[in-house]
Amino acid sequence: MSIEVKNVSKKFGEVAAVNNVNFSVREGELMALLGPSGGGKTTVLRMIAGLEMPSEGDIFIRGERVNDIAIQKRNIGFVFQNYALFKNMTVFKNIAFGLKIKKWKKADIQARVIELLKLLGLEGLEKRYPHQLSGGQRQRVAIARALAPKPSVLLLDEPFGAVDAKIRQELREWLVHLHQDLNVTTLFVTHDQEEAMEVSDRIVIFSRGNLEQIGSPREVYDHPTNEFVARFIGVMNVLELEVRDGLAKVKELEFPAPNEPDGQRIRIGFRPHAVQISNDLTEFRYQAVLRRTYFLGIMLRLELELPSGLTLRSRMTKEEYAQLGLEDGRRVSFQIRQYRVLARENALLPEELQAIYEPPPTIAENI
Amino acid sequence: MAGITKTHFSSEQKASRRGTEESPVAKWVLISIGMAFALTFLLLPLVNVFFQAFEKGWSFFFGALKDPDSWSAIRLTLTIAAISVPLNVVFGLAASWAIAKFEFRGKSILITLIDLPFAVSPVVSGLIFVLMFGLQGYFGRWLDDHDIKIIFAVPGIVMATVFVTFPFVARELIPIMQATGAEQEQAALTLGANGWQTFWYVTLPSVKWGLLYGVILCNARAMGEFGAVSVVSGHITGQTDTMPLRVEKLYNEYNGTAAFAVASLLALLALLTLGVKTFIEWKTQRNYELAQRATDEQK
Amino acid sequence: MANKKFNPLPGFGLTMGYTLLYLSVLVLIPIAGLFLKTFQLSWSDFWKLVTEPRALAAYKLTFGAALIAALVNAVFGTLLAWILVRYEFWGKRFIDALVDFPFALPTAVAGLTLSSLFANNGWLGRFLVPLGIQGAYTPLAVVIALTFVGLPFVVRTLQPVLENLEREVEEAAATLGAGRFRTFISILAPTIFPTIITGFALAFARAVGEYGSIVFVSGNLPFKTEIAPYLIVIRLEQYDYAGATAIAAVLLVISIVILGLINWLEVWAGQFNKNSS
Repeated sequence: MSIEVKNVSKKFGEVAAVNNVNFSVREGELMALLGPSGGGKTTVLRMIAGLEMPSEGDIFIRGERVNDIAIQKRNIGFVFQNYALFKNMTVFKNIAFGLKIKKWKKADIQARVIELLKLLGLEGLEKRYPHQLSGGQRQRVAIARALAPKPSVLLLDEPFGAVDAKIRQELREWLVHLHQDLNVTTLFVTHDQEEAMEVSDRIVIFSRGNLEQIGSPREVYDHPTNEFVARFIGVMNVLELEVRDGLAKVKELEFPAPNEPDGQRIRIGFRPHAVQISNDLTEFRYQAVLRRTYFLGIMLRLELELPSGLTLRSRMTKEEYAQLGLEDGRRVSFQIRQYRVLARENALLPEELQAIYEPPPTIAENI
Repeated sequence: MAGITKTHFSSEQKASRRGTEESPVAKWVLISIGMAFALTFLLLPLVNVFFQAFEKGWSFFFGALKDPDSWSAIRLTLTIAAISVPLNVVFGLAASWAIAKFEFRGKSILITLIDLPFAVSPVVSGLIFVLMFGLQGYFGRWLDDHDIKIIFAVPGIVMATVFVTFPFVARELIPIMQATGAEQEQAALTLGANGWQTFWYVTLPSVKWGLLYGVILCNARAMGEFGAVSVVSGHITGQTDTMPLRVEKLYNEYNGTAAFAVASLLALLALLTLGVKTFIEWKTQRNYELAQRATDEQK
Repeated sequence: MANKKFNPLPGFGLTMGYTLLYLSVLVLIPIAGLFLKTFQLSWSDFWKLVTEPRALAAYKLTFGAALIAALVNAVFGTLLAWILVRYEFWGKRFIDALVDFPFALPTAVAGLTLSSLFANNGWLGRFLVPLGIQGAYTPLAVVIALTFVGLPFVVRTLQPVLENLEREVEEAAATLGAGRFRTFISILAPTIFPTIITGFALAFARAVGEYGSIVFVSGNLPFKTEIAPYLIVIRLEQYDYAGATAIAAVLLVISIVILGLINWLEVWAGQFNKNSS
């Protein structure tokens, strides 16, 4: 294991920023710490780096307990959210800084910096100052600087937070390639679930200081362990229903719920792609009007309005859409192929989720 | 006395806009009054110093400076500045590091206390040291018994000077360090640098202009301080007279031209200080504009 | 330790310790010494010392002249700041740099040159004295010197605020039909007023304590042109430590009160500027 976090908690005064968190990162893995802001993920990253001290618990890097080891001795590379480049130094000097501190020989420093400039596509910029670089270039300099002393782990705090949406996409792919080339254990913090899904081998999901789930992007998407994860990862339609005679109902929608007592309120969720649409009004049980179509490239998102006014989201490819001959304002029929019960009111909802989440509105939502 | 970095505004804002401009006549009147006030109250006194100093010619001017008592005053002033400025630089760096990079209770009280010497009348600043170390003072008897002279001697002058120039460096550095934050220093730590290396390679270069500005202000005041030094020095000609005290003595001896000769050196120091200040402003403004242009180009 | 925020940067103990030590030894203890000395006086002695006629005359001159000088600076300083920020004219950069001159010039030199300018045969005195304006060795001389030393404060406090004023507000006033003068009185003046007051207070504080320049220009005649700091020096030269200390304590308390007031003013003015941006 490259990094192990064991029973780690962090309190700022009375506020628990991180609550008894356990996870480990494998050697060479690219892992994301994902969660809404204030979820404690950055605090975890900073504790691993030694920029914060855990209130309780232990942190191991390559099997060595580092709680009492100074930042300087932890051999980590840290990329700050706003890069924290040394403004008074050129790109070359920024990258060489850690090597100079470690008293490398001049020729070795020169060779290592040139190697990194090449690797990160920064050739020709070595004499520039940080303020003469674009956001993407600054970020790569920050990564090169962190990588220069050959750290055992690379830690990145919101690495794509400060750049434009377009460059962001390029940087994501670039980070994956860089990781493949270097194979250095990499842990990065993000609040963007799409980014985490796209880039990482595994994701650790945080909310309010608690670790909610660890798993590959596929696992957390297909098998979320709780309502928070289910709603945080991807788009989900969420409905709040009441059970009557073994059926959970809201407006015209009904879901079988044979084991629930009358009057029980439950919350269910389903992904947009689970909403199957037909242009044949008799094919499926429910009817709706296609209110609006959002073109997201190859995939389209559809907003359905039910006669009762309830709105749901669906999703299909451009080809399917063309095949069905759909357009805004068309009447369609639909069914919900799979759904999951997210929570039952009171009894079964885990305590920390009850405290955090107010019952959602009865229409579909996108988190 | 804000920091050295003036707030910048875009040239677009500078361009004239008819709806919000005064009439040319009003403008001209305002500029004339302002210029007249500035020239009478600022330029005229300055020119007068040099005019009076050279009234009796170059040889008299240099003769006045070469006078042994004046020469000793010049040396003493340089010595005092050479001792008190470094002391306040070390203090300014320590105080701004503690205040700007860390959070603690009572920070604003501490900043106010650092400002305190600015508010105290120079005469009172001198008096407090007389009350501590003078013959009638708290430690006067003990110092006298051990034959240590502080008041009416160089140590007293240094103390009074350090007191009145106390806030200059710290006041310049604190806002600059607060604005840069602590992230660059943290980055240096993650790259293996220890505290000294971080300070030396990262913090110090980023505040160098502000530090220089604080130093020249501190130096100008240290060399030019009159009231506080006057109270503690004892005015012993050739021994404890600094340049400003020497100016007073010559003036009281009706040796106006010689007084102006020594004063002109101090005025020259003031001009030099202003020159360095203008240079630093130009430099930081240019750096700012370069950075602006660099970011604009990318868009 | 749970409550203390961890900061990975080293050196807090060292720098904070040094700061407090240096501050205590050089500033706090000596100032406390002055107050301690004052408390050794009985209240009636203290009262007698600080309210003797000569001292009262000195306060009156010190505070009166400081007030007038600060007012002059509030008016002309505002005007200077305005033309330096808003207009382009020949010599502007030079004037801008020159504004700091009183900060940089030793006060003794300021006093020396001012007294020579306003003396009977001085560059200004030769025109003013025949008109009956005595700019040297009179209370007027004190006002002139204090105006000189306090000049930069209003200008330098006001300049950044004027630079950051939103032009849109003035434009809005213009589109609503307000004339330039009307805009200034009803829109601009209220916005910049708190800052002018701050600059005024800074200039006043500086003027109250000023000593070096006054010694040269005022003539230091008891009851006429003698300022409070000068009286302290006189008492000290007479080995009247109690008298010197008592008057110094009065000045010191007033300085500290003004310092507190200025801190409060800066917060107040800051709120105004925040609202406008």
